[in-house]
Amino acid sequence: MKEKAVKIALAGNPNCGKTTLFNELTGSDQYVGNWPGVTVEKKDGRLKGTTDVLVQDLPGIYSLSPYSLEEVVARNYLVNEAPDVILNIVDGSNLERNLYLTTQLLELGLPMVVAVNMMDVVRKNGDAIDAAKLSKSLGCPVVEISALKGEGTKEAAELAVAEAKRGVKGERPHVFTGSVEHALAHIEESLHGKVENATSRWAAIKVFERDAKAIETLKVPADIVAHVEEHIKDCEKEMDDDAESIITTQRYSYIQKLTADCFKRSPRKPSTTFSDKIDKIVTNRILALPIFLLSLCVMWWLAVAEGGPGTVLTDWANDGFLGDGWHLPFTTHEVDGKDYDAAKEDFAKAEATVKAWEAGEKKASVEDEETGEMSEEWDIDEAGYKAAKEVKEPDPSAYGVWVPGVGALLGDAMDRMGVGDTVKNLVVDGAWGGVATVLGFVPVICVVFLFLAFLEDCGYMARVAFIMDRIFRKFGLSGKSFIPMIVGKGCGVPAVMAARTIESERDRRMTIILSTFIPCGAKTVIIAMFAALFFREMWYVAPLMDVIGIAIIVLGGIALKKSRFFAGEAAPFVMELPAYHMPTFGGVVRHTWNRVKGYMFKAGMIIFPACVFLWFVMHFDFSFNLLEDDAIDKSMLATMGGWFKCLLYPLGLGSWQGVAASVSAEIAKEQATATLGLVAAGMDGASTAAHITNLFASFVPAFVPDASKGAVAKLIAMSFMLFNLFVPPCMVAIAVTFREMGTKKWGWFAVAFQLFVGYTLAMSVYQIGMLAICGSFGFWTVAALLVDAFCLWAIFRPAKKN
Amino acid sequence: MTLNEVAVGGTVKIARLNGAGPVKRRIMDMGLTKGTEVTVRKIAPLGDPIELAVRGYELSIRKDEAAAIEVA
Repeated sequence: MKEKAVKIALAGNPNCGKTTLFNELTGSDQYVGNWPGVTVEKKDGRLKGTTDVLVQDLPGIYSLSPYSLEEVVARNYLVNEAPDVILNIVDGSNLERNLYLTTQLLELGLPMVVAVNMMDVVRKNGDAIDAAKLSKSLGCPVVEISALKGEGTKEAAELAVAEAKRGVKGERPHVFTGSVEHALAHIEESLHGKVENATSRWAAIKVFERDAKAIETLKVPADIVAHVEEHIKDCEKEMDDDAESIITTQRYSYIQKLTADCFKRSPRKPSTTFSDKIDKIVTNRILALPIFLLSLCVMWWLAVAEGGPGTVLTDWANDGFLGDGWHLPFTTHEVDGKDYDAAKEDFAKAEATVKAWEAGEKKASVEDEETGEMSEEWDIDEAGYKAAKEVKEPDPSAYGVWVPGVGALLGDAMDRMGVGDTVKNLVVDGAWGGVATVLGFVPVICVVFLFLAFLEDCGYMARVAFIMDRIFRKFGLSGKSFIPMIVGKGCGVPAVMAARTIESERDRRMTIILSTFIPCGAKTVIIAMFAALFFREMWYVAPLMDVIGIAIIVLGGIALKKSRFFAGEAAPFVMELPAYHMPTFGGVVRHTWNRVKGYMFKAGMIIFPACVFLWFVMHFDFSFNLLEDDAIDKSMLATMGGWFKCLLYPLGLGSWQGVAASVSAEIAKEQATATLGLVAAGMDGASTAAHITNLFASFVPAFVPDASKGAVAKLIAMSFMLFNLFVPPCMVAIAVTFREMGTKKWGWFAVAFQLFVGYTLAMSVYQIGMLAICGSFGFWTVAALLVDAFCLWAIFRPAKKN
Repeated sequence: MTLNEVAVGGTVKIARLNGAGPVKRRIMDMGLTKGTEVTVRKIAPLGDPIELAVRGYELSIRKDEAAAIEVA
């Protein structure tokens, strides 16, 4: 007969080494899931070397109180699922506070083993723990381990399995004083037969504490609650305190007596530990902020700075590994005194010369692939044309060891199979393009999270919150919200994921909603193009976009905090500042890998089909013919854009081109500029830049007098830019937002809020601008003013008091 | 006197916790119960929150929350 699988639940305080122990016990055989409906992670894994022992990692908690999400999730799990045994990890270097949770876990009436962790630190400090005495007092086995060093972990797990099979044997301690124990005994008696027996002490204490959530979950009859109220009141009168406080205070009194008995603390001078020395520097009154800014600069450089590892890896992933191909480092050499990039540039110039000469022009220029900016023009003549015709496209393999990218290989394979262009494009550009979009973000996520995991594991992250809390709580955020916002300057995807480090659910959600308003790297491309095309003499437009982003975060934070969605439950800032320690390499890598895996498999499942769909509607017409790049005006997207153009009419963008560019910007923000170039190609003008300028001129309503046409075209360009910068971020970021917000409802809330902000901003600028430039006043002017008035009200109304 | 008024480096004993609900419970859960000895370790560079040493570890709370803790 096959034995039933044993479920071990790992429970303990945050920072007690629970995750290290979990990894030690399960090895690589684990998977990370979310608790249903909430963002709290649940990790399951199989005990190494067994097939029938399941280890479940509960969220790190300090107490089983009903007030924090993690705690409610953990205690509901323990009470409802009833694991076969609890393995309670206790930080030996912080025994008193850790044993507080232990006293609560013991009351659940489940088999339990206490593992005193960090014994290496305890011994190094010269302290000693009497495990036998502790075990006798707690009524359950106690083992000493060091998860980091791998000492005693296997024995702890084996003991837990044995304990699960044996059941509860020892007598659990009576923690409270005479009169409280008396009241509890009475409540227990009243509850007898009404709730499940094994948890009756737990239930009795919850009734005593008047814990409404537990009373509801345990289905305690109302008449019993009313009946025992008298006993609770008597106790409260006797101790001159409320019932909940009595329980908490007496738990700690019990623990104090217990540790005085079982724990020998060696005398030591204050402020001499390694941790204290570091802390003196990093939270120093003068040095704290510079050090924090320096660490942000390091992260900025790592993740998004030009030439930093994040950018180099991202370029390599997108253009090299996933795209055409790449040169193996250290194998490149020059041909005719030029490297590959210079040769490629020469070829592009020659191509432009040939094209311009054949079109009968006297000047030529090349366009920057990313920004759409035109280079300086050069004169061409017949000799130049003839010379240019001789220039051949450089062969990359002549310049070093060339490794073809997956995209190029896929294209070659399609060619060899002799499939038609339609199928080839569908596979290479559509499907593979979607996969590449998902994978293209992996390098930057890895880099950001390696750094964040390091900061978090070493204990600095808690100090960041400590230093920055003063500023951020003014607009309803937490000290830790600063990190996602800085990451957001580079890319919104790791920014949203970085919000994970914020414990309070409410602060985390607000941070996720707001952090993508900072213009990211891809949005900077839009800003660069519009600044160059329309606002050349207005140098302040580009930095203004960052200022607007910051203003939205501050004002949006204030408005959201006052709204009914985030009102109430003010998140207390009561936070442990853990001792500093050097994180292990494996721990940091595993931490990072878990996040990247979550991104690829969860977010990727949304991003990939959406990318393929958008690519499809951009490149096919309704008869399913593959279109040339410049025939986008016949695409399904153009037709569908025509249906929805009325939606953008109040922004001055009531045309299918405006819709198409904004929709395609959802694949990736920089796509907006590329699509504008494509949809404008049908217009007169030699270059993409001229196409786009003409396109915006064509958006100007007919009634505008000629003298103001230029100004209105600029206004519309501004409206388009604002709309695309401040509506929901690209699809990848939206998908990640949905995942991190936990529920669909909250995901939609984030998207709706962002859409509202972007739309309001663009509409207000366009409508008020039109009123100022040519005095046009109408329904939408009034609508814009009304919405603005609403926003001002939402920001400046007095906050509701609880 | 309340805890937010204690000078940096001062060690005091908790006399009473005012207030109710989640914040009070959280503070007590973290070990700040009646009769506990607390040392104020430092104040954050911007003046708030403060860092305490209690039961052998470091805890950070805001001055607002510290104002609800009476000490002697």
